[in-house]
Order: sequence, then structure tokens, then C-alpha cells
Amino acid sequence: MINLAGRDILNGWGKFVFTGLGLGLLIGVTLSMAGIYRGLVDDGRVLLGNAGADLWVVQRDTLGPYAEPSNVRDDAYRALLGVKGVVEAGNVTYLTMQIEDQGQDVRVMLVGFQPRHPGEPGYLVAGRPITRSHYEAIADIKTGFRLGQRIRIRRHEYTVVGLTSRMVSSAGDPMVFVPLRDAQEVQFLKDNDALVNERARIAANPAFSRPGVPGLLEAVQASQASSRTVNVVMLRLATHADEATVASNIRRWKHLEAYTRADMDGILVAKLIATSAKQIFMFLVILAIVSAAIVAFIIYTMTLNKVREIAVLKLIGARNRTIAAMILQQALGLGAIGFLVGKTAATLWAPIFPKYVLLLPGDAVRGALLVLAICALASVVAIRAALRVDPATAIGG
Amino acid sequence: MPAAIEISGLTKRYGVRDAAVDALKGVDMIVQPGEVVGLIGPSGSGKSTLLKCLGAVIEPSAGRMALAGEAIYDNGWQVADLRALRRDRIGFVFQAPYLIPFLDVTDNVALLPMLAGVANASARERARAMLAALDVGHRSQAQVAQLSGGEQQRVAIARALVNQPPIILADEPTAPLDSERALAVVRILNEMAQRFATAIIVVTHDEKIIPTFRRIYHIRDGRTYEEAGEGRAA
Ligand SMILES: Nc1ncnc2c1ncn2[C@@H]1O[C@H](COP(=O)(O)OP(=O)(O)OP(=O)(O)O)[C@@H](O)[C@H]1O
Ligand SMILES: [Mg+2]
Repeated sequence: MINLAGRDILNGWGKFVFTGLGLGLLIGVTLSMAGIYRGLVDDGRVLLGNAGADLWVVQRDTLGPYAEPSNVRDDAYRALLGVKGVVEAGNVTYLTMQIEDQGQDVRVMLVGFQPRHPGEPGYLVAGRPITRSHYEAIADIKTGFRLGQRIRIRRHEYTVVGLTSRMVSSAGDPMVFVPLRDAQEVQFLKDNDALVNERARIAANPAFSRPGVPGLLEAVQASQASSRTVNVVMLRLATHADEATVASNIRRWKHLEAYTRADMDGILVAKLIATSAKQIFMFLVILAIVSAAIVAFIIYTMTLNKVREIAVLKLIGARNRTIAAMILQQALGLGAIGFLVGKTAATLWAPIFPKYVLLLPGDAVRGALLVLAICALASVVAIRAALRVDPATAIGG
Repeated sequence: MPAAIEISGLTKRYGVRDAAVDALKGVDMIVQPGEVVGLIGPSGSGKSTLLKCLGAVIEPSAGRMALAGEAIYDNGWQVADLRALRRDRIGFVFQAPYLIPFLDVTDNVALLPMLAGVANASARERARAMLAALDVGHRSQAQVAQLSGGEQQRVAIARALVNQPPIILADEPTAPLDSERALAVVRILNEMAQRFATAIIVVTHDEKIIPTFRRIYHIRDGRTYEEAGEGRAA
């Protein structure tokens, strides 16, 4: 027996391929949407993995530092180092801001960290780690900054000494790492007017200028000039220590919240990108429905155009199964072409996206199965129409 | 030897009650193997209805139909698989060739033996032999759309003949052809009837070919009347 579907496709391959191409671009968009979601999750995982931390300690009752704001006193790490099982602690701050680069604003997430402590970027693609305690920066490649470039962050100039890759915030802003003190200054330093106002108010307060207490006013004013908080304290634990136990000890005794890597993962996926994920899922559902409608419509029209041939086939003794198989195979063929085009398109255009697009082979397989299932489903209408064709119509009136 | 086709008292009513149309009111007909008979009658007289009943695509209302002495209908179908009956025992030729446009000439013909379970290679061999017998062997590689109307009709006849069915039903097979080609088709049908002992019923309005039949059935108002034809050579 010859393959009727294949012959029909070969006979009108131009029409078929163009239709497949259109469907393919739609499938490409679908695969990209899935890739964008995977990219979001993966960005989060890379961010967590690169920090080299076992526990994230944040302000009590918050989901900080990425999903909610969190403030922790910057001397809390000393107390945390005293908790059993903790071997290293590092203060880290986060601040989203604009940096000017050759007249263009680059949106970045400024990260303050303590060199050689948890929170330091683990892997550099170029350059070296920060060695000086001030005015050196490590930038993510996505910022577009180059090694040795001098960038201005608020009042000071920093030299880019190292480059990372894939270090972006959950909003997709590339990170710029600077020493903690510099970052705290940028983040918490009040501007000059605010400082002058504050000084005047404190000076006017009689409580701070009591006779017999020399230097009190100066001390109070110095304490107001900068804030001493960070957003998270990252901890590295001893190899034998149990994360969950240490975390619960910290929660109980230090009045702080402590999250394990798995907790952070959960917060990132379940809370931070949950809305984006739902958005993307809605898109996937709509695209699937649109694709199904298109395939159904195309296969249905193709079948209606063949009503006479189908009547002749039935008249000369073709089984219903043969005719249904022909239509089903054409629908699957269309789906296969569409999927190949879509996969190629998604792979080709993934690097152009501003955010990371991660195309997983597993998603491709699931996508292929979904496309074939949708095509099979969409061909049902056409198959029913074909089976209703009366062989008597071939004989005519 | 039993008659190839034997019909007696066949009736067909379309629709029910007020909308009922009695298309056939009692048809009697006998066709011997190797015989080509004409079936003529005014529009709406029931010619196509009779072919459809005999071709097992619509069910008669009452009466009897037998092929080669075997009843296929006797106030009810006597065979379970009408599809197989059509495939193995009846060839169809229509007014238009109705070839499958996405198959080449050989496969259009080979499709029938293939549907009957014959292997592709031998089905194609049979198709080519039949195409050669109809003088279109040289076009066996061509696509359907590349053939002339007369060539297409000959391919359609090859398709009707390839399974060597004992009967062929042709509904206005010469309508779209000029008189030379129309006569050529009739000549072929006569040759094939002789060669394969096929019984052929040709429904026609075509004045050019009516004189070629030896026997003619007139059908008027759902009833048949037999008449001797001129039997002129085509
Ligand atoms: N499916 C149907 N339902 C109802 N009535 C029908 C149907 N098919 C045919 N008829 C009626 O049955 C009668 C016979 O029709 P048929 O098609 O057999 O005529 P015909 O002899 O082939 O005519 P023509 O020469 O015009 O093709 C006509 O009155 C027609 O209106
Ligand atoms: Mg008719």
C-alpha cells in the first residue's frame, strides 16, 4: 500500500511547507516562552550557587533579601559566627540603581560584599577578584563594562577589575560587585542637605549638648552620618553541620530568619517568579489553543478540498481506517514540520533576547509530544467530516 | 453460465411520507458476461439511482440483484462487506475521470489491487499492463494533471478494469469527450468486455454512441424497457 498522506504532501509541498513554517514560528514562540521561564529559574539558581553560601540570614519575618526587603545590623555576623556549625560569615547588601556609562544609563544591581567571605562572586570569566578595600568593582558581562574601565557610582569612581557572567538579579539587571563599605556608603549615605539638616536638628536638641559631657554631640552626629545595616548575612557551615539544625538555632536565639539553599530556591521559584511563571503559562495555554485552531482549520480545509477524492477512494473500496490514517498523518506531518521549524527558530533567536533563555531538551521533547497530540486532536474534526463523505457522491446525479 | 447481472423487481424510494420519491418502481435487467448494454432515459428517470444500487453505495427498497448467479441483494443485503464487494467485483467509470491528483498515473490504477492487499510491486505491474492495454502505457510515469481529457478517461477505465471485476458500471463516460474520443472509449469498453468477459452497463445521453449498443435498456419513470440496438461498430 502506498502512503496516501505522504503523496498528497509531496504533491502540494509548497503549500504544506509554508503552512508548516507559519505554524513553526508560533511553536518557536511557545518554546521561547518556556525557555524564558526556565531562564528565570536558572538565573536564580546560578545566583544562589555562585554566592558560595549554605545559609542566608535575613531580617525576621521577611522573605529577604531577593523577594522582600531585609535589614540586618552589620555586626550581627559576629554573633552568628558564635553559633555552632558556622565557619564563615559575610555581609552582603543589594541595591538596584542606574550607572552612567558613556552617556547611557545602565540599570544594575549593586552588590556590596566582603572579599574572601561568603557572598563573593565565585567564578570570574576575566580579570581578578577585588584586592583593595575601596573603589574596585567586579561587573557582570551584561553591563557592557570592560576590564580596566572606570565607572562612576554616585560620588566615587571605581575600576572594573573582574568580570562575571550570568550574575543577574531576578529582574534581569546585571550585577556590579563592590566592597561592602563602599556599597553601604552608596546605599545608606544621606545626601549633603539631609546631613546639614540633621546636624542642625541634633545641635538644637538640648539633650545632646549637656554640659559636663564633652564630645557627646560630635559622637551622636558621627553616628547619624552612616547606617550600619546590611541586607543579608551569608554563612558557610562546617561540612558535618546540619543546615536545618543551624537554621533553627539561629531563628530561636538570634531573632533572625535563616534560610537554607533549598528554602531560597523555593522562595525564588514559588514567590519571586511565580507571577511571571503564571503569565508565561497563560501564554503557553493561549498559544497551544491558537496552534490547535490553526492546525484544525488547515487540516479541515485540506480535507474539504479532497471530498471528491475521498468519495472515489471509498467507492473503490478504501477502508475508513485508510482515509482516517491519511488525514491523521497529514496533521502529524504538519506538526512535525512545525516543530522542527519552531525548534530551529527558538534556538536561533534565543541569544537575541535581553534575558537568559534556557531551552531544555526535556522541554523540547514535551513540546514535540504536545504538538503531535494537538495535531492529532485537531484532525478529529476533519476525520469526522471525511468519514461522513458518501461514496455515492462519486457516482454523481 | 449464469448471467453476470440479474435484476428483478428492484425498487428504490428516497425519503419518507410526503417527501417520498419513488426513483425505481420495478426494474428488471439481465446482462451476460462480455456484453455491453446501454441504459438511456430522460433526466430524473432513475439511471444514476440504478447504478448506485448495483454499485452497492445506496440500499434499494425491495427486489433482487444477483452477480454471477449469487444474490447480493434480496429484499436486504446478502453480503456483509459492501466495501470489499465494490473493490473486488465492480469497476466504476464516471463522467469525469475522478483520478486522484496526488498520485501518478500508475499508482492511480495500482491503488485498487493495493487496497485489495496485493503487494506494491505486483500491483504496479498489473497497473502498467492494463495501461498498456488501453494505449496509455507510455504515460504511466506522468502526473494526472499532465494528461489530456481522453487519456485521463482511459486511465480511469484502466482503474475500473485492473482488478478484473466481472461487472463495470459507467455513468456517462463519454460526456466530456468529442465524438472521435467518445467512440474510442466505447471501442475500448467493447474490447475489454470481450477480452475479460466483463459485463458493462453504460448510462448515456450521448447520441454518438447509442447506435453502438446491441442491446439497450430504456428507463422511464422508474421502469425499464428492453430494446434491440443497432450494434454498429464503434
Ligand atoms: N438522494 C436523493 N434523495 C431524494 N431524491 C433523490 C435522490 N437522488 C435522486 N433522487 C430523485 O430520484 C429520481 C431519479 O434520480 P436519478 O439521479 O437516478 O436520475 P437520472 O436518471 O440519473 O437523471 P440525470 O439524467 O439527470 O442524471 C429523481 O426524481 C431525483 O430527484
Ligand atoms: Mg444521473
